Amino acid sequence: MASVFAYAPAPESRSVVDIAPSYGLFIDGEFAEAADGKVFKTVSPSTEEVLSEVAQAGTEDVDRAVKAARRAFEKWSALPGSERAKYLFRIARIIQERSRELAVLETLDNGKPIRETRDADLPLVAAHFFYYAGWADKLDHAGFGRRATEGIAGANPRPLGVAGQIIPWNFPLLMLAWKIAPALATGNTVVLKPAETTPLSALFFADICRQAGLPKGVVNILTGYGDAGEALVAHPDVNKVAFTGSTAVGKAIARQIAGTGKKATLELGGKGANIVFDDAPVDQAVEGIVTGIFFNQGQVCCAGSRLLVQESVHDEVLHALKRRLSTLRLGDPLDKNTDIGAINSAEQLARIGALVETGEAEGAERWSAPCELPSAGYWFAPTLFTGVSQAHTVARDEIFGPVLSVLTFRTPDEAVAKANNTQYGLSAGIWTEKGSRILAVANKLRAGVVWANTFNKFDPTSPFGGYKESGFGREGGRHGLEAYLDV
Amino acid sequence: MSDGRLSVFKTYKLYVGGKFPRSESGRVYEVNDSKGRWLANAPQSSRKDARDAVVAARKAFGGWSGATAYNRGQILYRVAEMLEGRREQFVREVAEAEGLSKSKAAAVVDAAVDRWVWYAGWTDKIGQIVGGANPVAGPFFNLSTPEPTGVVAVLAPQESSFLGLVSVIAPVIATGNTAVVVASADAPLPALSLGEVLATSDLPGGVVNILSGRTAELAAPLASHQDVNAIDLTGADAGLAKELEIAAADNLKRTLRPQAVDWSADPGTHRLTAFLETKTVWHPTGALGASGSSY
Amino acid sequence: MPTTAASPKLSAPFEQGGPPLADATASDSALRRFLHGLPGVDTVGLEARAASLGTRSIKTTAKAYAIDLAISMIDLTTLEGADTPGKVRALAAKAVNPDPTDRTTPRTAAVCVYPDMAATAAAALAGSGVKVASVATAFPAGRAALDVKLADVRDAVAAGADEIDMVIDRGAFLSGRYLKVYEEIVAVKAECGSARLKVIFETGELSTYDNIRRASWLGMLAGADFIKTSTGKVATNATPANTLLMLEAVRDFREQTGVQIGVKPAGGIRTTKDAIKFLVLVNETAGEDWLDNHWFRFGASSLLNDLLMQRQKLSTGRYSGPDYVTVD
Repeated sequence: MASVFAYAPAPESRSVVDIAPSYGLFIDGEFAEAADGKVFKTVSPSTEEVLSEVAQAGTEDVDRAVKAARRAFEKWSALPGSERAKYLFRIARIIQERSRELAVLETLDNGKPIRETRDADLPLVAAHFFYYAGWADKLDHAGFGRRATEGIAGANPRPLGVAGQIIPWNFPLLMLAWKIAPALATGNTVVLKPAETTPLSALFFADICRQAGLPKGVVNILTGYGDAGEALVAHPDVNKVAFTGSTAVGKAIARQIAGTGKKATLELGGKGANIVFDDAPVDQAVEGIVTGIFFNQGQVCCAGSRLLVQESVHDEVLHALKRRLSTLRLGDPLDKNTDIGAINSAEQLARIGALVETGEAEGAERWSAPCELPSAGYWFAPTLFTGVSQAHTVARDEIFGPVLSVLTFRTPDEAVAKANNTQYGLSAGIWTEKGSRILAVANKLRAGVVWANTFNKFDPTSPFGGYKESGFGREGGRHGLEAYLDV
Repeated sequence: MSDGRLSVFKTYKLYVGGKFPRSESGRVYEVNDSKGRWLANAPQSSRKDARDAVVAARKAFGGWSGATAYNRGQILYRVAEMLEGRREQFVREVAEAEGLSKSKAAAVVDAAVDRWVWYAGWTDKIGQIVGGANPVAGPFFNLSTPEPTGVVAVLAPQESSFLGLVSVIAPVIATGNTAVVVASADAPLPALSLGEVLATSDLPGGVVNILSGRTAELAAPLASHQDVNAIDLTGADAGLAKELEIAAADNLKRTLRPQAVDWSADPGTHRLTAFLETKTVWHPTGALGASGSSY
Repeated sequence: MPTTAASPKLSAPFEQGGPPLADATASDSALRRFLHGLPGVDTVGLEARAASLGTRSIKTTAKAYAIDLAISMIDLTTLEGADTPGKVRALAAKAVNPDPTDRTTPRTAAVCVYPDMAATAAAALAGSGVKVASVATAFPAGRAALDVKLADVRDAVAAGADEIDMVIDRGAFLSGRYLKVYEEIVAVKAECGSARLKVIFETGELSTYDNIRRASWLGMLAGADFIKTSTGKVATNATPANTLLMLEAVRDFREQTGVQIGVKPAGGIRTTKDAIKFLVLVNETAGEDWLDNHWFRFGASSLLNDLLMQRQKLSTGRYSGPDYVTVD
């Protein structure tokens, strides 16, 4: 049935971005083919259209990039902090200038709605560079001054050297910013590998580095697959590994660097509990639940993928939630009115589908928002499972898709126990109007980020990272400097 | 005192869950002084002792991490007081264990007492040093606070049987973690005696658990244990440390690699922060602009 | 093109046998318990949702629909000390025929005036279908004895008002005398006869969103046909956030009682862009059942000309100017 007030298509113009038919690796300030000439295609997940063909880095390319970064390190780390800061400020400004172009590009390559790339990803990317730019000449004031090792008291912190950075496909440019901004501010040089399904924004960032006049070799971008990432982690001249991605790969990296001097930060999976108490501000809680699990199609490590709702308000909250989900607009990610875009890849779509099937097979009750899925591309309707217990697979495994598992609890103690009953510990949400309950529950949750009466908020000044198997180290804020300094 | 009186030997026992058990394996091993003279038989702990110690440490974690920082500081200071009272005993044990002169051993023990005092003072300050409000760009109050990682396995240094031991235990528990400590394999007696001090210092049982035995034998099950959150590899050699780090990756334990440390130097805050997690809590503050109703 | 589901017909748990709302107004303490038992409102979350809906991009056909709908929802208002019969007649003419160059332009919903102008407005609008709305109850402050307020209402209705826009006693509300506010609305409603009653909360004076939610329920329980944000006479009038909150209230009230209530944001809505944002709020909060001037109104005056200029732009492809719409 056509709605009375049907919004006409409002697509963002694609012409603001000019995607070349092919791209090379960005090594030592130049774009170059892979040593073995290999390439791979990147497609738009909303249409399956091939966007471009990019070079596929191999071991030899990794070595070349690390060597370039090593050569650049000496001068870059010796620059006065104030000069490094100005490079980062330049980069931040250029990102702001080109933000519409980058937002459209990211939407094309990733499949997420333009509303999110325009209003969330890009502003945060620029803000992250601005934030860390300001740190570059203030590191001596960051509170890392006194060290036990070597008995040096009061030594100023030093950069580590070459950072090998591997980022995921869910927030390609934002994760790049989280990795590169603090690394450069602290005087490290970087070799960064974007995910194979979303290589383009990192390559555009390479161009931004050139526009900013960044010395060659300070930032190197290697597009490629997991083998390139593995070679990067294994490279003996890499001093620091920063990884955002799956817990399985994170563990493999931790094993790989055992017994070396390499420092690591790992930002991995999650199964965040979003806890709604009976005195919650219901309308805002519903918005928070929606933001928590349907932002970026649920492809967010800190998603609130487990809704823990107090039994006394279960029906009311579920009713309101379903009503709200029925208003979500799924479709063309470039349409400014789209709320739910495409799943990033066929592989991810298959994984979501398989886990949802498991949920149904295990007896949880599935409900999906009634929306029409486009015929081309990778799509999954917003879905929730009710009647879920802690033993269900959909309550334990990270789905990384628009699928919410709904559990109930009776008392705050039970809520905390269930929330913590996971190997993960990245995020959690609390919804209640009672201040003391917020503080008490927040205190007991074993999670790195706790959103009370809000969800999925990010800021460059705010440290982000997990407990337990959600990884270690923090990104963002003063805390985020530590991972890139010899402290 | 008088000539001819037969002295009373001490039976050295483990310290687990606030109690002093023997190894469940029934094994002991000979502990000699630096010149090879027999000092005592120490329990040779088994994997199961390590497992029991982890259970005790986990059980103690809620209460200890939930205690006020002031309270933890009081207790750490109490440890220093108790040690001071048993100074002569520890000077003798350290001298025998490390082959030091009495005066050098006394300096070590004094430094160890002072280290407890140093960390006692840190309990209610570290949160202010490493935490704080973050000025986020939006109508939110955003606060980062450090929290203890959980159960920490500590491989105490092999050489520095007492000052080194204290230097690795105190920072772990100061912040609210609980510890399973593997004492120096060849010089475990000061560690086992420290258990007796801790037991009389108001430290809740299970906060510190001390095992003696073969480091590799005990470290392996601790490194792979899924209910251990972190491991300090100080007492492991390079080869063992690498093996343990690989095992520790299974549940992504926070790992402190062995490094050269001068135990007499200013310890800094490094060991405190190594076993802390940062938790950041957000809450809306209300509207920033004059958009009408705003509370 | 984005697709969205047909408006959901979900099993509403409150449709039948909901809480006995009559009990809620049995005494001052019962009413207080009821109003204070409503879910709280988180300011930042509410405003974020309103802002987020404000980013909807309404183009071409959707925009044309929205502009005509908005015009048809306007209570074209003049509430000045300087109002004269001439001014009111001019406004009435504008309401009936907003764009003399385009007779397909819809009429506004009503003309809103002071009670002493209601007769003039009624005469000017006779037979047009445009309603006469009159403010009453010692508008805008509402600081008069109940008898005086009721007389004010009686006068307006007698003069031909189809709709009465009353103000609540904010002093009583803010001092917690909810039953007094309730009883006053009930009394005014009785005086209205067949005229529809709009209850103005003056949200800017209630100050908190929790208060606005309570006032909304209080008004609905007392028999309001419309709940209305403001008089247009204080610093803060209709905002997307307070209107969103009131839309949630009418949505929830219908789910609990089956009774549909209208919403009228008033004051401060001056541009087509603003008006369309409010219509998006209606569409995505209360739903399309409210996309009708029987259930949603804009209290506005200058808004109409902006809507007309945008309407001309859509039909001719050229940007219009103030000289091409009438000044009344």
